Amino acid sequence: MARGSWQPVRILGKGPWSLLPAQTWSVLTDFFLFAAGLSVFYAVLVLARTWFGPFNPHVEISRDPSKLPLYAAYSLLRITVAYVLSLAFTLVYGYVAAYNPKAERIMIPLLDILQSIPVLSFLPAVMLAMVALFPHHQIGVEMGAILLIFTGQVWNMAFSFYSSLKSIPRDLREAAKIYRFNWYQRFTQFELPYAAIGLVWNSMMSVAGGWFFLMACEMFVLGSLDFRLPGLGSYLQTAASAGDTQAILWGVGTMIAVIVLLDQIVWRPVIAWAEKFKMEQVESTDAPKSWFLNLIQRSRLLIRLRKRVINPIRERLALHYAREFDAAHEEAPPATWKVWTGRAIASLAVLAVFYAVARAAVMLAGLNTFDYKQILDGTVATFGRVMVALIIGSLWTIPVGVAIGFNPRLARIAQPLAQIAASVPATALFPIVLLVLIRIGGGLGLGSIVLLLLGTQWYILFNVIAGAMAIPTDLKEASSVFKFNRGMRWRKLILPGIFPYLVTGLVTASGGAWNASIVAEYFRLKDHTYTTVGLGATISRATDSGNFALLLGSTIVMALVVVTVNRLVWRRMYRLAANRYTLEV
Amino acid sequence: MAEAIIEARAVEKYYPQPDGNRIEVIAPTDLSVSPGKIVALLGPSGSGKSTLLRMLTGLSKPSSGHVLWHGKTMDGQIPNVSIVFQSFALFPWLTVLDNVEAPLIARGVGAIERHKRALKMIDTVGLDGFETAYPKELSGGMKQRVGFARALVVEPEVLFMDEPFSALDVLTAENLRSELLELWLSKKMPTTAIFIVTHNIEEAVSLADRVIVLGRNPARIRSDFEIDIPQYRDRKSPRFLAYVDYIYKTLTRPQEEAAVPGKAAQLSGDGQARTRTKFQMLPHARPGGIAGFMELLTDRGGRDDLYKLADELAMDVDDLLPIVEASAMLGFAVLREGDVEITPEGRKFGEADIQAQKAIFREAALKNVAILRLMENTLHAKRDHAIGEEFFRDILDEHFSADEVERQFETALNWGRYAEIFDYDSEAGRLFHREDADVLPAASEA
Repeated sequence: MARGSWQPVRILGKGPWSLLPAQTWSVLTDFFLFAAGLSVFYAVLVLARTWFGPFNPHVEISRDPSKLPLYAAYSLLRITVAYVLSLAFTLVYGYVAAYNPKAERIMIPLLDILQSIPVLSFLPAVMLAMVALFPHHQIGVEMGAILLIFTGQVWNMAFSFYSSLKSIPRDLREAAKIYRFNWYQRFTQFELPYAAIGLVWNSMMSVAGGWFFLMACEMFVLGSLDFRLPGLGSYLQTAASAGDTQAILWGVGTMIAVIVLLDQIVWRPVIAWAEKFKMEQVESTDAPKSWFLNLIQRSRLLIRLRKRVINPIRERLALHYAREFDAAHEEAPPATWKVWTGRAIASLAVLAVFYAVARAAVMLAGLNTFDYKQILDGTVATFGRVMVALIIGSLWTIPVGVAIGFNPRLARIAQPLAQIAASVPATALFPIVLLVLIRIGGGLGLGSIVLLLLGTQWYILFNVIAGAMAIPTDLKEASSVFKFNRGMRWRKLILPGIFPYLVTGLVTASGGAWNASIVAEYFRLKDHTYTTVGLGATISRATDSGNFALLLGSTIVMALVVVTVNRLVWRRMYRLAANRYTLEV
Repeated sequence: MAEAIIEARAVEKYYPQPDGNRIEVIAPTDLSVSPGKIVALLGPSGSGKSTLLRMLTGLSKPSSGHVLWHGKTMDGQIPNVSIVFQSFALFPWLTVLDNVEAPLIARGVGAIERHKRALKMIDTVGLDGFETAYPKELSGGMKQRVGFARALVVEPEVLFMDEPFSALDVLTAENLRSELLELWLSKKMPTTAIFIVTHNIEEAVSLADRVIVLGRNPARIRSDFEIDIPQYRDRKSPRFLAYVDYIYKTLTRPQEEAAVPGKAAQLSGDGQARTRTKFQMLPHARPGGIAGFMELLTDRGGRDDLYKLADELAMDVDDLLPIVEASAMLGFAVLREGDVEITPEGRKFGEADIQAQKAIFREAALKNVAILRLMENTLHAKRDHAIGEEFFRDILDEHFSADEVERQFETALNWGRYAEIFDYDSEAGRLFHREDADVLPAASEA
């Protein structure tokens, strides 16, 4: 109510800008925000027009750097649409799984499996389906790309939301119940805020993953079909196939700029804003801050918009649902039509699953012994490669990460740099690295390890830094007092201290490495296909040649391997870490 | 007496077990809340006080029996009640004002009216000026004031409080308690009855018009009596102390019913309804605490009043009772008329050095504690003198609820390890016989 109107002014008076006249600053901000809003609207309009334009199978990707802003906008729009879809799916899926015990028993294991399926093997099926759905419009291919990015980013978000809902403290839940919150109030004032922080962090991770897949799926060949979408990924691929170093540098530069910009005007503000949803009892001293958030919170335009439009709408909604809820009796048995619709949907889903399994079985029956051997050899080779990548990754990141974590001054310099380095999707760098590798004469067999490393070492590095930072000072001092030598310090203090973090990093890295193998083991450059033995290469080759049976078989094997490794290795390590190496405060 | 607002008839809570047995948490209980009264429900922790409160508010359904709201069954509806929580249960992302307004939004109260009522209530609890603060900016006492404002803003017929002061420091709690009482006595509080759950005996005696003492395992009403001292009460007055002493007696003497001071005892519940052979319930005390308690008793001449001890040590019943009960179970002390008296064994235990203490404890534990004896015998009889912890958990499962099994097992483990009856490997989840194990757990590095 009245609060919104004076609070920001008060904050302004205290800030470092207190010398500036508040009025001018605010007008400038408003102008800027208004212009920004308008340009976003215009851009979406322009881009969307091409979506509904006729299907053009031979989009020419220009290497002219002046086209880059447009391409970046295309890619950004794809990511955004995919993210909005993911968020919507997450809220529904997480909600149903958390509150419907029957559905939960199926939905959560399913999520676990879906998470392990290499996303890039969805590509052909999704693309074909979408093109078949919209045969005459560009939107078919666009939808395919978007769906693919969606499958790459949705699972961890859904899981985060579900587990947030499940971990809501009993007292808060009871407070909401005793004060008769209706579903709308429960959702907006209680469940969504509680889950907010987890959702924000997972959204960041998901979008970063989205760039990875976007780069791969903007341009690819499926059998005789050649799909191209204008975007940053296709620009980089085109530049790489032409061997145009200058264009590649322009592309990578744009990519980095876009990612840094997103970080500054989307993620930082959101993280700083989400700080208020922390379930903490006392205020933390080093809360994240964002200049952009401060800016928009001071905007008179937005304050007025909030006061005149948003608040009244929220008020109406809240009262509407409250009164509706009061009229209806809670825990009234659900209407029979609802029960029957639910049953019908469930039966249809079961039928669909049976049908799909049956068709898959028929398809798999078409595989010959040569295919099986190919899959088996590939699995062994890729498994080895993933392991080597993890080991090399650990070998350099552990000492470096510990050094950074133990030295706050170094951390201040190194961490932002590492963050930028990590945020560049490995797929965007593949063409460049490959060019270098070919020049120095290494085959893809070893080269693909470098590529895997490129995408996955960061997860390990960041977790090791966090782990090293979390080792309490008094333990470090104790090891000095007792004159631990170097080896003992590592064995008794550092390694046990970072172990839980290291495991988390390795789990993420291993999942990422399996997925990356699809793009790393099979690469087209300048009309030449570089390939090596591997499960990822098998999947890619099957995609290229349109061999769906082989694609299905190798995808299933990869998913199985990932799930099995998770169950047998990582879950045990997690348990060990939780039981033995957790530093309790 | 006026007609009851809430009436519980033979409410009971149990958890069915896979083998057809049930773990009873609350024995069939009758209870009512009448207008104009403050009722205190008192009992040791784990006695099911909170479960009972949740059944009365409609948050949780009784396994059998009914809860009536003005004579009608509730049918899963939440009646017009509020709860003040021990943990405050405020929404950290809402300001003080938004927190207090939230229950009014739920009831469809429009913005202007809602604002007015919330501000008035914030003023009443003394939080004027903190409307736009977030809970994390407030101290514990102020947070609980928000809890009170939020509870009272809906003008509940019954205000329920679940240990509202236990998360606060002693002075803050005392301050808030007296303000609450003042609001109630001056009729500034828009509620017709208060029901407070507590494990603090003095709190109960100083606030309540009526005290219900709950026994545990399963919970049943031990005593239900009125306190006829006019407010405000003097905590040092003999009558006040007589009530405190009486409650201690009731809590420490499971079988007999003590006489309410000045009145004949009012028996309620059906204490003798179902008797079952059970394991003793281990009080959750640590051997170190027991030893310290013995030393203290020796220093005080070997015998003292429980409430005096509690007062002096500034301990709640919840902290003191388990130690007293454990001492009694091990034969280190005896309880008489609300007094605790040390035995020769206890004196020896208190005065011995560490190794001798362990030996004395071991002997006492094996003699008096059935579960430890069982563990000893089983481990002795097994060929490799080792056994998985699940075995003992399963045995305990038949006697206690799931949460209690955890606590019982933990206490048994604690006692057994201290007494060097067995060793325990937490990673493998196995117990080893101390003396004659063939395979000792591998010495772990970290």
